[in-house]
Amino acid sequence: MTSSLIKARFVDGPSMDNQLRWLSIGLFILITALSVVPSLRLLMEALSQVTLSTSSPLAEVLRSERTWIALKNSFYTSGLGTLIAVLLGCGFAFVTTLTNIRGRAIWVFCFMLPMMIPPQVTALSWLQLFGPASPILNTLGMAPALGSPQPMYSAEGIALLLGIQSAPLVYLALRTQLIALPQDLMEAAQLANASPFRVWIDIIVPLCRSAIVAGAALAFVSSLGNFGIPAMLGIPAGYIVLPTLIYQKMAGFGNDMLSQVAGLSMMIALLVLAGMLLQQWLQQRSRYALLGHTAQSISFRLERWRLPLEVLLALILCFILVAPLLALVVSSLVPALGMSLTADTITLSAFYEMISRQGVTSRAFENSLLLAFSCALVLMLVSLPLGYLLMRLPMRTRAVIASLIEVPYAIPGIVLAIAFILLFAKPLPFIEVSLYGTLGIIFLAYLSCFLSVCLKPVLSAMSQLDPALEEAAQLAGARPIKRLIDIILPLTAPAFFAGGLLVFLISINELTVSALLWSAGNETLGVLIFNLDESGDSVLASAIAVLVVILVAGLMALLSLVAPRLPKGVIPWHD
Amino acid sequence: MARLILEDVCKSFHGEPVVKGLNLTIEAGEFVALLGPSGCGKSTILRMLAGFEPVTDGTISHGEHCLSSAKQHVATEDRNFGMVFQSYALWPHMSVKDNVGYPLKIQKIHSDERNKRIQEALEIVQLEDYADRLPAQLSGGQRQRVALARSLVTEPDVVLFDEPLANLDRHLRAKMEDTFRAFHKRTGATIVYVTHDQSEAMSLADRIAVLNKGELVQWGTPQALYATPKNTWLANFIGRGSVLRVSEIAPQQYVNSTDLHGLIERYSSEGAFSSVLVRPQDIHFVSVDGLSIPVTVDNCIFRGERYDIGLTLKDGQQVLTYSDVPMTTNSLHYIRLEQAWSLESES
Repeated sequence: MTSSLIKARFVDGPSMDNQLRWLSIGLFILITALSVVPSLRLLMEALSQVTLSTSSPLAEVLRSERTWIALKNSFYTSGLGTLIAVLLGCGFAFVTTLTNIRGRAIWVFCFMLPMMIPPQVTALSWLQLFGPASPILNTLGMAPALGSPQPMYSAEGIALLLGIQSAPLVYLALRTQLIALPQDLMEAAQLANASPFRVWIDIIVPLCRSAIVAGAALAFVSSLGNFGIPAMLGIPAGYIVLPTLIYQKMAGFGNDMLSQVAGLSMMIALLVLAGMLLQQWLQQRSRYALLGHTAQSISFRLERWRLPLEVLLALILCFILVAPLLALVVSSLVPALGMSLTADTITLSAFYEMISRQGVTSRAFENSLLLAFSCALVLMLVSLPLGYLLMRLPMRTRAVIASLIEVPYAIPGIVLAIAFILLFAKPLPFIEVSLYGTLGIIFLAYLSCFLSVCLKPVLSAMSQLDPALEEAAQLAGARPIKRLIDIILPLTAPAFFAGGLLVFLISINELTVSALLWSAGNETLGVLIFNLDESGDSVLASAIAVLVVILVAGLMALLSLVAPRLPKGVIPWHD
Repeated sequence: MARLILEDVCKSFHGEPVVKGLNLTIEAGEFVALLGPSGCGKSTILRMLAGFEPVTDGTISHGEHCLSSAKQHVATEDRNFGMVFQSYALWPHMSVKDNVGYPLKIQKIHSDERNKRIQEALEIVQLEDYADRLPAQLSGGQRQRVALARSLVTEPDVVLFDEPLANLDRHLRAKMEDTFRAFHKRTGATIVYVTHDQSEAMSLADRIAVLNKGELVQWGTPQALYATPKNTWLANFIGRGSVLRVSEIAPQQYVNSTDLHGLIERYSSEGAFSSVLVRPQDIHFVSVDGLSIPVTVDNCIFRGERYDIGLTLKDGQQVLTYSDVPMTTNSLHYIRLEQAWSLESES
């Protein structure tokens, strides 16, 4: 349907320009290749051997007890994690958006940080915070006796970290809605003599219900697909969830392995799809049109409650962000796990070891930098014409294509990785080059995964452009590519850089996709930390993790600097 | 220079007709206004002339050349038209000079020649001193003048204006109208000017096309539209006046005082009727003897140079007239209607 619509609009129309025609055809092929083909290939593999016999791979997967245990565990950890995310996200959103709390920008930045820090680093830092070998507890002399269990190696530990990691998703969804609430709604309620609490309960919460539901669904879906946290916390404790089950099956080669894994991936993909549909249904039931917009959004004056609330926020942030990161830093500075940090024991040897001695570190840094940079660059180059063409499409066609692009980002990374393995396991036809086991396959998977990350700010910037600006250039005689370069590009440039930086930020520490696609010599930073921790080198892993956190925070700060020049909403943690 | 011809032009969006069978011939060098309420299709016509929208049916031609038809479409880039937008559409990242010079740059005109022509264009709109400013540093009126300079710099055959004064305040509008008039006189370009403001159209255009619901209602000089509107809708839309229901009479003719009073006398709400337009200046207060009808004063509104008086006839119909002195509401008076213009009923 889509292709015929595109054809009707672009190829047959009498106003079709030659340049535009070639642009659209090229981009159409690109989107198909990046977004549609991987999903279809996965579906084919999962269904290819569905027979009625009990020995087919899919039947085997469905019969295996481990599948059902992993499914149950996935539901439990994601459900509990979603609950935590909703509590944290809503609390922070209400306080930082609705009240006159001080230092709002800093609160928001700190609260968003956990979303940007890669999950394996989060997991590692929490592992360093608790347990008998914790350097920070040893330093404080509070470490539990040797041999006592690490509390994070549990279902609840996984759920807690999933909750913290996805709380910003709930926060963002709710905050967007809260900012849109007009001040006069609250004033009308106050004129009816409602107390601030009643205004909140009777007016604000009902109007935000759909946003909270949307955020919760997003948190659940992202928790279901999370690999880093259950891998670091669950595998040592023998606690499996669906993504780690796939990972273990991949490691354990064997007959029909790929088909079984494809079947499991389809299972996750279907769960995610169900979650999305449920969310849309719930959202449609509780959506209200907001009338009477005023420039000012709702805000409460806190007065004597302000200080206690600020202290509470600081304590929560200390617990979910500062303490684990501190533990991580301390771990990277001790000579070995289990030792305490004192003036005598402090050492930078882990950093020294990782940076100068281990060839794998510089290789991983190089690989990740190369991947992130080229990925950001290619996606920036693609989103210019792609965004331009999308904006010219009628609304409905645009929505269809935008959701096609969104699919690879929405389906969990582990599923996408499997799809790419299936696609590239055999050498490419005609040119007989195999991408499997090279950086190339990771690169392609990243392109597919992050296209929508880069495109979103670009689309939002383009939709805010007055179409007359381009029409004026058209009257001046400029052809599409000339208009794109002279008019559209300079006016949307900040959004391009923001999109590119976001892609860079996310892909530099990506783990899930690369965990399945890497091979010796092609390690990424995410894989390096994961492997070091798995082999017991927590101190070395911490050192790398500290560097990664510094990199992430630095890039986020850089984005904050350019934020004033961007359209509203492009930088998630900025007003 | 050549005339611009629209023949049976139709446009529909998703099957919804927006412009229905439009025929217009715009002479070279003419200043034409497309006037109508919002949603009447006037902007769509302008966008078809510019080439942003293809026509669904019919043809648009410029002299001998077909610009648009169901089969053929000359791209906007190849039309050599200028346009002034409601939102000005100045490129915010370019200086005034670069904005005005961009069309010349596209035509690959040498920079000496280009600078000379930019200078000339800026002189016409009196903005020579602002050449290096950015659009953000200019006022609304100045921005619109830059847009005007940009639209004329290539000496286009046709310049299109899309509600160029809608974003300006009232004081500035009068000034910009003068600028547009001077611009037309100096360049002699064909101008198609879209507006929903009848006084703007009346004061600027040589001829006006009035549109309603995608159809051409009337096409003529401002004077003709004011004096001899075609139907009741147009009579209500243009100028001030009252549409009265009277006993039946053939449409499109002047009715003198005696006949008019007779028609009003014979009108009854049950029978067939016609509508006539009575302008306020054609109503006079008279004494009871002689040709007259009784009225009561419904309202009296001060307008500065005079008072607007709303009157109620004895059958309940309302008419508007002017008075130099205030009048007491509900007081009884006698009026004579000097003349009226009979109208077609609205289709």
